[in-house]
Amino acid sequence: MQDESGSVLPSSQSLHRLAISESGFIFDPTSGHHFTVNETGLDILRHLQTAHSPAELVALLQREYSASEKEIERDVLEFAAMLRKFIGD
Amino acid sequence: MDVTVAITGMNARPDNPGPGVAVARCLKDSDKFTGRIVGLGYDALDPGLYLNEYCDAAYLLPYPSAGDEAFITSLREIHEQEHIDVIIPCLDAELPGMVRLTPLFDELGIKYLLPTPEQLRLRNKDRLVELAEHAGIHCPEIKATTDAGFFYRCQHEGWKYPLVVKGLFYGAHIVDNADQAAEAFRDIAAQWGYPVLVQRLVEGEEYNLTAVCDGKGEMLGEVMMKKMAVTDKGKAWSGVSIFDQKLRDASAALIKSINWRGPLEVEVMRDTHGDYQLIEINPRFPAWIYLSEGVDRNLPLILLQTIFGKQVEDLPDPRPGVLFIRYAAERIVPQSEFEAVIMHGGQRLT
Repeated sequence: MQDESGSVLPSSQSLHRLAISESGFIFDPTSGHHFTVNETGLDILRHLQTAHSPAELVALLQREYSASEKEIERDVLEFAAMLRKFIGD
Repeated sequence: MDVTVAITGMNARPDNPGPGVAVARCLKDSDKFTGRIVGLGYDALDPGLYLNEYCDAAYLLPYPSAGDEAFITSLREIHEQEHIDVIIPCLDAELPGMVRLTPLFDELGIKYLLPTPEQLRLRNKDRLVELAEHAGIHCPEIKATTDAGFFYRCQHEGWKYPLVVKGLFYGAHIVDNADQAAEAFRDIAAQWGYPVLVQRLVEGEEYNLTAVCDGKGEMLGEVMMKKMAVTDKGKAWSGVSIFDQKLRDASAALIKSINWRGPLEVEVMRDTHGDYQLIEINPRFPAWIYLSEGVDRNLPLILLQTIFGKQVEDLPDPRPGVLFIRYAAERIVPQSEFEAVIMHGGQRLT
């Protein structure tokens, strides 16, 4: 996985501007785009806002989910790619 | 503010509404406005002429094509009845005439905040590229043409379909081939005259900004919106407020470059690279102006405050995420009211 300066995760600036609601409704105040995430997506998003690197994010999620590092890494990559598309990063 | 404000553009048609009713609604909704609204329309079926919750009186004006004399006579008569303090023109096509007639407004003591003729010319659609370049903003190439034959040879000149065919004031058709383009050309020329404009199509999402500009290069109370749904004519049916510093800065640069005076709307497309491309500058409030009241930046009120030299209070930060959804509703009009508009050109509503 690449680090934060790579293209895997959305930029920290983009992530911090997102309005994240408990319901899973996400609004990007700059682009006006909105989308919804499930509980797991919400969890990943919250961690994305605080994690400094993909490795740190995977480690954080590993503590909460009973899945292998590889599985979590794959899900994070997939989720991050969708997120980048939604927020136009 | 206890003043009488005349507002044009009462043609709140569902598919392509004029902004007048929304401007009136902004003022009526403000507890700082205690004055009267005089709605001015051009057609007896303009809905705003019958909406007494927004207009205290409503009158018909002669179409701009009838010439200045007819307009002057009509405005003098309305002014005698209503003692207008301020006029807010809301339609693109009437702006050149309104700007030309500012000496009449001065003579009648009617205040306004309008661009100069030169400012108006600079934002003309056929000069947009030049203006955008000056302000450092991208703008798709625009060409003026008076010949439908252009559309059959344009591909040899580097113009690839789909293209946008536009009128100088109104109308925009996306066309996929020469036949469609020629039809759009004839349609627009018949309605709005020559030249007809051709603009390269920008793929992306449409964003708009509206503000009041003080004529000294500053914009006040800007409100930005992303279109979420449009009518067949491409008019916003629903939108959401946003705040993008990049769009704000680009619009501020445009306004500064021509010291725009009065309300305006900047229309841009955000292309697939995330860059803004200037599509149009409209010299008036947009039909979605009520969103400005929705985000606590009541721009028609700010316009009045600017006109009367009042300090515009500190505005709250922009509130991204506020939606508007337009809806169509029927107004029941007694025959007497319709008759008054047809026979007498207007009426008092309150």
